[in-house]
Amino acid sequence: MQKRSLVTIAYILFLLLPIYWLVAMSFKTTNEILSGFSLFPETFTLANYAVIFTDPTWYMGYVNSIIYVTLNTIISIAVALPAAYAFSRYRFLGDKQLFFWLLTNRMAPAAVFALPFFQLYSSVGLFDTHLAVALAHCLFNIPLAVWILEGFMGGIPKELDETAYVDGYSFPRFFVTIFIPSIKAGVGVAAFFCFMFSWVELLLGKTLTAVAAKPIAATMTKTASNAGYELGLLAAAGTLTIIPGAIVIYFVRNYIAKGFAMGRV
Amino acid sequence: MKTQNQKAWFFVLPVLLLVAFNALIPMMTVVNYSVQETFGNNLFFWQGLDWFQNLMRSERFHAALGRQFMFTGLILLIEIPLGVAIAMSMPRKGFWVSVCLVTMALPMLIPWNVVGAMWNIFTLPDIGLMGYFLNHVMGIPYDMTQNVFAAWVTIIVMDVWHWTSLVVLLSYAGLVSIPEAYYQAAKIDGASNFAVFRFIQLPKMKNVLTIAVLLRFIDSFNIYTEPFVLTGGGPGNSTTLLSIDLVKIALGQFDLGPAAAMSLIYFAITLLVSWLFFTLMTKDDAR
Repeated sequence: MQKRSLVTIAYILFLLLPIYWLVAMSFKTTNEILSGFSLFPETFTLANYAVIFTDPTWYMGYVNSIIYVTLNTIISIAVALPAAYAFSRYRFLGDKQLFFWLLTNRMAPAAVFALPFFQLYSSVGLFDTHLAVALAHCLFNIPLAVWILEGFMGGIPKELDETAYVDGYSFPRFFVTIFIPSIKAGVGVAAFFCFMFSWVELLLGKTLTAVAAKPIAATMTKTASNAGYELGLLAAAGTLTIIPGAIVIYFVRNYIAKGFAMGRV
Repeated sequence: MKTQNQKAWFFVLPVLLLVAFNALIPMMTVVNYSVQETFGNNLFFWQGLDWFQNLMRSERFHAALGRQFMFTGLILLIEIPLGVAIAMSMPRKGFWVSVCLVTMALPMLIPWNVVGAMWNIFTLPDIGLMGYFLNHVMGIPYDMTQNVFAAWVTIIVMDVWHWTSLVVLLSYAGLVSIPEAYYQAAKIDGASNFAVFRFIQLPKMKNVLTIAVLLRFIDSFNIYTEPFVLTGGGPGNSTTLLSIDLVKIALGQFDLGPAAAMSLIYFAITLLVSWLFFTLMTKDDAR
């Protein structure tokens, strides 16, 4: 037992080391960073964070990212729920083909789509809006959401639907008040994954925005090349991008293990 | 079991429309470019299959494809066994489960360019924690901007750091779904640890492992941002993976035709290998 938990502890240390270094860097002055190696910040400073919270080009990056990620999660889950229900309950013409085609979109390299997406969203007048990024991320998030939700719905016996209809429930009322609550964990897991993949994606987010909806990640790359190489500032901005993810994981932590287990095992 | 109902199409219609808008139109744009040549000013000329033929003979493409397969192969060989091993050593219940799950999921929720930047800071030879430790404590000369081997080790370790947790979480979910009775039966039969792993745990994890292998294959094959931020494809072209090369051709040189042809072949390879993995790993189920 002792030896086994050592593996886990070693792995977690390995995961935390680069994160620690990023956080430590963010509290150092640029001088201290460039002058040499120090394990802990010697002159502890919050100046890097002050820059981010007072400069709109920085903090609006966070706001933009959060807006389009939330928008994407809502759209993906809203359209994936009925579709997953159809796949798990009914047979219809071309269902298998459609399901497979949806999944193939998860396999398309984002690099392939960067330029065509730019042209497409420019031509429909959505370029540089939050909606453009939210819709573009649907490309890989909707298939994933349908896949996860379908797995969860498969675990709910069909008798539940039939009993509800016998009891006089209409379909919409059954779906919203009985069915969705019974796959709560699945919705949580699907939303978590939508949030995650939308939050971490940069290539499309950067291609589809210029100023008004620019994600924080793109602000970071721009600033890194403009203002020379301000490592402390970069580290502070990076540290702040970890926080929303950490909050979301904390809320779904119990669902993750259970969710996977119920979903596709 | 499932009832035949064509009206189910109305349920999938929103998904179909949204994904088709995002997938079909851009894909047709790419197909369109792949058979044409442009000299700017929106003037296009029919080129036929020339770009595809050139690509098949292009050494640059072969090299990038080779590097990509090497990267993805190494990633799968390291992350899948490591992920399973860690999942098996994790606690099954109690407070520490939550701690493990939360910390392990953390790397996956960091934006990809931040992951690249973080590893850049971490591996700087004189002021990064790992760079300093290797160079000045262990005495191993390490500089990933100069040395090809160091650059490869760095991008592999970075990806292991970034994505092994996905394999861990999936395998762990498979493991906790095994009823305690299975283990008791194995104990009564006097099964060895290896036998328990081979005949109880592994088969129970097969479905989740299929997902893990597929997802890790797809994502590592399409990787762009992290190595681009970390090494920029260098030193030389040694870590220029397929996506990095593609973006260079498409947006750097603006060679839309060749880039489009490369995109289609790239996508086709991803589909083909995914299909192979899927068929191989689920062929026992069909029997």
